[in-house]
Amino acid sequence: MNYKIFPISENALTIDFGNEISVEFNEKVIQIACFIEKNKFAGFIELIPAYSSLTVFYDLITVRKNYENFSNAFSAVKNLVEFGLKSLPTVKKIEPRLIKIPVNYSKEFAPDLEFVALRARLSQAEVVKIHTSGLYRVFMIGFLPAFAYLGEVDPRIATPRRETPRTKIEKGSVGIAGRQTGIYPLESPGGWQIIGQTDLEMFQPASENISLLKTGDLVRFYDLNENPKTKITHPKSK
Amino acid sequence: MSILFLTNSLLTTVQDPGRRGYGALGVNPNGAMDRGALRLINILLGNDESEAVLEIHFPAPKILFEESALIALGGADFGASLDAEEIGNWQTIRVEKGQTLSFTHKNWGQRLYLSIKDGFRIDAWLNSKSTNLKAGNGGFEGRKLQKNDRIEFKVQSSKFKVQSPLKLSQHFLPYRKNSNLIRLIEGAEFNLLAPHSSENFLKKSFQISQDSDRMGYRLTGDPLYLLDEKELVSSAVTFGTIQLLPTGQLIILMADHQTTGGYPRLANVIAQDLPILAQRGAHEKVYFQMISLEEAENIALEFERDLNLLKIGCEFKRENK
Repeated sequence: MNYKIFPISENALTIDFGNEISVEFNEKVIQIACFIEKNKFAGFIELIPAYSSLTVFYDLITVRKNYENFSNAFSAVKNLVEFGLKSLPTVKKIEPRLIKIPVNYSKEFAPDLEFVALRARLSQAEVVKIHTSGLYRVFMIGFLPAFAYLGEVDPRIATPRRETPRTKIEKGSVGIAGRQTGIYPLESPGGWQIIGQTDLEMFQPASENISLLKTGDLVRFYDLNENPKTKITHPKSK
Repeated sequence: MSILFLTNSLLTTVQDPGRRGYGALGVNPNGAMDRGALRLINILLGNDESEAVLEIHFPAPKILFEESALIALGGADFGASLDAEEIGNWQTIRVEKGQTLSFTHKNWGQRLYLSIKDGFRIDAWLNSKSTNLKAGNGGFEGRKLQKNDRIEFKVQSSKFKVQSPLKLSQHFLPYRKNSNLIRLIEGAEFNLLAPHSSENFLKKSFQISQDSDRMGYRLTGDPLYLLDEKELVSSAVTFGTIQLLPTGQLIILMADHQTTGGYPRLANVIAQDLPILAQRGAHEKVYFQMISLEEAENIALEFERDLNLLKIGCEFKRENK
């Protein structure tokens, strides 16, 4: 297994499996994250999984106190992580959850749908059809609370970010950026091409989960106007 | 038991050492920009050192104390006065009911901290009282303080009435006099800089631009270049991460940074020098010095030992009145 481990501060290190958007690397990220969650060490603070890397945050003072035979906290945590990486093949893979997200692709909610369609030389209905036929993986959460980076978008409708980002994108907006798609959980500035909007609360600040999605989930979008009566599927009701 | 904001101010928020444990869900940590000041004034008051405080920018608010309290100020010097009497930073101050705290001018630094004995009555959101302005949650109603806002504080332990003020020795301050030097540890993409650029990064000064805030400091200086353009997939970033923007300019991520980023990471400011940076503002210049991770860890340990001594000292003085 190829990986690099390097410090990003005195209190954090990153395990990088390769600078790539790949399901294989992302699964490794989730596996090693599960291992560390289950084998928390003294001084552990939190984990941030990303596309192909996992960052482990720790309190260096506590680590130094508890692992005195290491000359620094970084080597102590690195050692723990490498032990986890060795036992990775035995870590059980987690069955991903499937979350269905209703999207309203009507013109008033989709300011960039026309542009995406024109660029792809497709009709707007075809763009919607392609977007709703994909099964997407949550590769990571970042940028905003509960903002999930979903991939990968069918190359036919992949569209670069807007040249000039919007100063205000409405909450719930569904966008495309390159081969990524995602949902703005809050009103925010942003540069993604907006092709629809969902009513689902992606960010639930009062709930313990706060984010509807988590890294490793699978997501399918469906056209609200085609299935107006379809019930919203919450992950809990699965 | 409350304080009342008599005026608006530039940016006054409730902050603690930050919100941890929710980064995987994209919730950024927020927290005080100058953690050194936060810890020191809490220790002076005998509070838990991570007790939530007010982080105040200039123009600062006028604050009326509707009940007497023991407070401490630290960080920037905004010419604080209690009614007409000037008061200094880094000491415990007895405020009487009906007195008004105001700030007259910006003498030094960017952010001033106000802590109160036993803390403010603020509900924690996701284990922290820090304000997340973007999510509109945490701290005081998820927003900055405004005129007519009132924050309750906890019942003051009667002990402080007999206490003479505790004053912090200069030795403990997290700032080095007249120093613009910021120490760094190497970032993952530092070795991708063109040789001339890596030399400039460590030799030239960089100016903090007007476009700098709690999210990040944008720097202006000689543009830096990578040997080869490299597309990076996003990964976690942290307080103090220095990224190279496509324009060749630098940004230092500060307390309100996003959890992830995709720009090349040249270096990370060591925790000990973040307070220095947090007190620098637009148009000021900084220089960088690269140190080893081992040195950075040892500097952090040394500061921790100092603070432990301070805690013991303060406790001793409180007990032996």
